[in-house]
Amino acid sequence: MEDEKFDAIVVGAGPAGSAAAYTMAKAGMSVVVFERGDYPGAKNVMGGVLFREAVEGVFGKFWEEGAPLERPVVDQRLWMLGQESVVTAGFRTQAFAAPPYNAFTVLRAQLDPWFAKQAEDAGAYLITETQVTDLVFDDTGRVIGVRTGREGDLFADVVIMAEGINAFATVKAGLRRDFTMENAALAVKEIHALPPETINDRFNLRDGEGATILLLGEFSHDMMGSGFIYTNRDTLSVGVGAIVSHLVETKVRPNDVLDEMKKHPAVQPLLAGSEIKEYSAHLIPEVKYSELPRPYGDGYMLVGDTAGYVNFLFQEGCNLAIASGGMAGRAAVEAWERKDYSAASLSTYQQKLDDSFVLQDLYELRNGPAFFRNHREFFGIYPRMLNQAAEDLLTVSGLSKKTVGMSILRDLHRQRPFWRVGKDMFDAVRAFI
Amino acid sequence: MKLEDKLFLDKFTRDERSHIDIVSDDVCRRCPDKPCTIVCPADVYHWEGDHIVVSYENCIECGACRLICPYNNIACTMPRGGFGVQYRYG
Repeated sequence: MEDEKFDAIVVGAGPAGSAAAYTMAKAGMSVVVFERGDYPGAKNVMGGVLFREAVEGVFGKFWEEGAPLERPVVDQRLWMLGQESVVTAGFRTQAFAAPPYNAFTVLRAQLDPWFAKQAEDAGAYLITETQVTDLVFDDTGRVIGVRTGREGDLFADVVIMAEGINAFATVKAGLRRDFTMENAALAVKEIHALPPETINDRFNLRDGEGATILLLGEFSHDMMGSGFIYTNRDTLSVGVGAIVSHLVETKVRPNDVLDEMKKHPAVQPLLAGSEIKEYSAHLIPEVKYSELPRPYGDGYMLVGDTAGYVNFLFQEGCNLAIASGGMAGRAAVEAWERKDYSAASLSTYQQKLDDSFVLQDLYELRNGPAFFRNHREFFGIYPRMLNQAAEDLLTVSGLSKKTVGMSILRDLHRQRPFWRVGKDMFDAVRAFI
Repeated sequence: MKLEDKLFLDKFTRDERSHIDIVSDDVCRRCPDKPCTIVCPADVYHWEGDHIVVSYENCIECGACRLICPYNNIACTMPRGGFGVQYRYG
């Protein structure tokens, strides 16, 4: 394949890369996609919930086209765990059980091949088991191709980097600084097999309905971290994640944090008798808006996790990846039509991101990452206080309700003085509004 | 279930050559906390007497090790194309 030239090269056949490749191939561009795994998705992990809207924007009505989806999410729960107690909140609606749906649970190793297949069917050429090690530049500093482990050098007018968070080639080429342990979270996850009827019973679901549980509390050792349990068709996705620097300073093993959450008396019955099928780990970008890289330049664009597009608060990543991949694809098609792949020409990608939920949401949440790193009480003390207060309130003790109420207030105040609570809330309002 | 048993469930295509290198054993000797031996989710790093032993065959390719080493002493890349972990669920 020496010296062959394509209109576009995409590095990485995850959702962002396939969205870009599909968009370009459909418009008639010649596109080659490199994937280092044996198949798309072989290296990919997420919780994972796939939100319908952004995916439909690129791939159309994928839920009618045979995309391997697990269950539509109808029930979203928040569990704040105490030592042996839990305070819960949640939202369930039947509206999310019917087309066009809001979100689906998915398994990435099974879903990603479907996205890649859409790109292939549109005419893109997928090369698996091949790692892109370097970018190739011309004398003027423009990206003109890629160097691969197996296929030698390959050239294109535009290269779209969809390598995922680790983005070795992107960082090596100086197109993005490497993330640090402060702006990445590490998640570990297990797949638990259970019969579908058992999942339905334990989670109060019918066939074709799914639930998600977001867990906070004691198991996170006061780190900025959380856990999750998602219902798939005949498996559960069970995992925990925390900021990498918090794991380092807390000196805890991610696998131990996961095992601790699984032992909680409210969690354990959900998993009882299951067979573990797989153990996985993945990094998640949690980058400040002001530290996001410039996502384009002469002859290249960055999409998805490579560009750091994750909404940490709403736990959205895949839809930002697919939306950004689609936008980069459209920007490339426009550049192809005017035969100009300069940074100025590709800057329409930035414009599209700025005009969309991708960068608008990240801008709105720009103070969020710093806020939660400095206010870890939301992961430790507050769930603890809530559990204590609920237990005191609901324990029938022979004392008058007024006496109990006063004693709860005194206890809460001792754990975190009310002026501190007030300041936390004030900071929260300031960070997010 | 122990971590080594969990890792046993995963499908790997093992390369005979390591994609992870410790740059200098001297640096590890001076490293007080050795965070790689704790935070790596696949137990790739073990302190054995006077140096770190790297069980690269266990690596599930998260990339955390290169972020946590306080001395940038872990040269971690990804396995060559076609090698390493191949998730079936993901």
